[in-house]
Amino acid sequence: MNNNRIDHMKYLEGMEVIETDIPDKVIAAMNDFDYSSYKASDVTNALRKDVLSPYDFGALLSPAADPYLEQIAQRAKEETRKHFGNSVTMFTPLYIANYCENHCIYCGFNCHNKINRAKLNSEEIEHEMELIAQTGLEEVLILTGESRKMSDIKYIGEACRIASKYFRVIGLEIYPVNSDEYRYLQECGADYITVFQETYDSDRYETLHLAGHKRIFPYRINAQERALMGGMRGVGFAALLGLSDFRKDAFATGMHAYLIQKKYPHAEIAFSCPRLRPTINHDEINPKDVHERQLLQVMCSYRIFMPFASMTISTRERAGFRDNVIGLAATKISAGVCTGIGGHDGEEEKGDSQFIISDPRNVEEVRQAIKDMGCQPVFTDYVRV
Amino acid sequence: MNKDNLIIGGHSFSSRFILGSGKFSVKDTKTVLENGGVEMATLSVRRANTGDKENILDYIPDGITLLPNTSGARTADEAVRIARLTREMGCGEFVKIEIIRDSKYLLPDNEETIKATEILAKEGFIVMPYMMPDLAAARKLEAAGAASIMPLAAPIGSNKGLCTKDFIKIIIEETDLPVIVDAGIGKPSQACEAMELGCAAVMANTAIATAGDVALMSKAFKLAVESGRLAYLAGTGRVLENRGEASSPLTGFLHD
Repeated sequence: MNNNRIDHMKYLEGMEVIETDIPDKVIAAMNDFDYSSYKASDVTNALRKDVLSPYDFGALLSPAADPYLEQIAQRAKEETRKHFGNSVTMFTPLYIANYCENHCIYCGFNCHNKINRAKLNSEEIEHEMELIAQTGLEEVLILTGESRKMSDIKYIGEACRIASKYFRVIGLEIYPVNSDEYRYLQECGADYITVFQETYDSDRYETLHLAGHKRIFPYRINAQERALMGGMRGVGFAALLGLSDFRKDAFATGMHAYLIQKKYPHAEIAFSCPRLRPTINHDEINPKDVHERQLLQVMCSYRIFMPFASMTISTRERAGFRDNVIGLAATKISAGVCTGIGGHDGEEEKGDSQFIISDPRNVEEVRQAIKDMGCQPVFTDYVRV
Repeated sequence: MNKDNLIIGGHSFSSRFILGSGKFSVKDTKTVLENGGVEMATLSVRRANTGDKENILDYIPDGITLLPNTSGARTADEAVRIARLTREMGCGEFVKIEIIRDSKYLLPDNEETIKATEILAKEGFIVMPYMMPDLAAARKLEAAGAASIMPLAAPIGSNKGLCTKDFIKIIIEETDLPVIVDAGIGKPSQACEAMELGCAAVMANTAIATAGDVALMSKAFKLAVESGRLAYLAGTGRVLENRGEASSPLTGFLHD
């Protein structure tokens, strides 16, 4: 570790420390996960079971499972059908700000990147949401860059309040906060939060997140638990596959979700499955070794291990891949996506995008694609009372 | 046979096959209902009455009694509020209580279910609670004013059949309410078995929604439920376990 940098394992002032053994268990399980030791028989044994153990989950993620990908996909589809029927939920993300205080070397929003920074004011947020609601969508995912200063809790809370006028489900992808702040956001209308851990390998994490509060690994890994303590209905998990050893990261992501669900049985669990994509000023970054085949293996493994969890397929993937994984493993898909700030009115975006999307289809096109796959587009699956 | 109707909360139904509607393509709903001869279908409040162009309510024919459910509720309080919402939406007096605090197996919370049943029954709802087959809880639900008892056969969506058969049988024997098996029925033969056992009706969703031909499977369920009901009314014949009956029984000498 560079001595000029802050200790990534030490909490900063104001960061809530909770009593939990989940991160230690996740990291220990990940360290013990020796995927090269799995044999074909471990994979077939896992597929024969009704409920998979963490060991079985590891088998599905291992290289030994690769020749069985078709059987794994068949089983994943069966589980998806059992738990979700043929429903596929649609939503869209709305980036309300892109200010960021972190220096994450792989991200287009990082604080050293010379991009156009902006945030929407209340009127602009309302305008964007009105336009999104007109497409028929009833679920919105509000995103900010990770700047507590420029996008404070009140600002995000206000966005949630506005959103609750137009939408039935509100998700948040913001910087991690304390449990009382999660409670405040929940009261403002937020239903779930997603926090990407990026990588569970803390040494690798340290080399990727050079500055900013995001550098503090334990504060981030405990975000989901603080959110549940604060009354959020659901929590989402993800590793950005390709940052480190993707098999280990996928295993840790699954174990994290598994242990959280065990401790909070009522929590709604969600997975996202992002891979690295080209970003502004960082065109040379390529996904390490996570090709579509591996991504599908990861998604199906999550599905079979935790068949009840919802799973979002990223807009970073091409339309053909997205269409084919819905109903198979994914249960949630975004449409009409702009990753810049604003932009739903067709006017120029106020701020630059975090990443380049690969599926530019609008709501109606995605809706039709879902139907063409024999699935039922669903705009909401929740009533807030 | 005309008089063998299912009575729930004073309402009479000639069909004993209740359809769960949550896992279908909306466009298939009507055919499935027709093929199954269904008279009562569940309606997930969290899916209904949205701005969505494909509102399931538009696909359910007028003659079908709606059974709005409280899916998504995690506490009695949430279930009560969802139920009141169904009344405001004009979905009638029936409500199926579903309170789940376990996202893994989706098993119901009997304690919260009893609380919600009591409140809603007092408010005039016809309450049909989904429950873990537990006799003590069934009795409490009956005392709380439930119109039926809906024990699960197996976890929702599992298609595993009558895993809880013995406990359901006890509830049928010990309570006076119609007992409707809800969740876990995977095949028409299992639906038939539940009806032979004395269940008043069977509810199914996943088994039909995941079938190759949903309309045909719905019809298969209809026939199975009817067949099982007839067998129950006829009184199933004696089934000898393991061995046959000796032609010279050990106690034959008593007649000498």
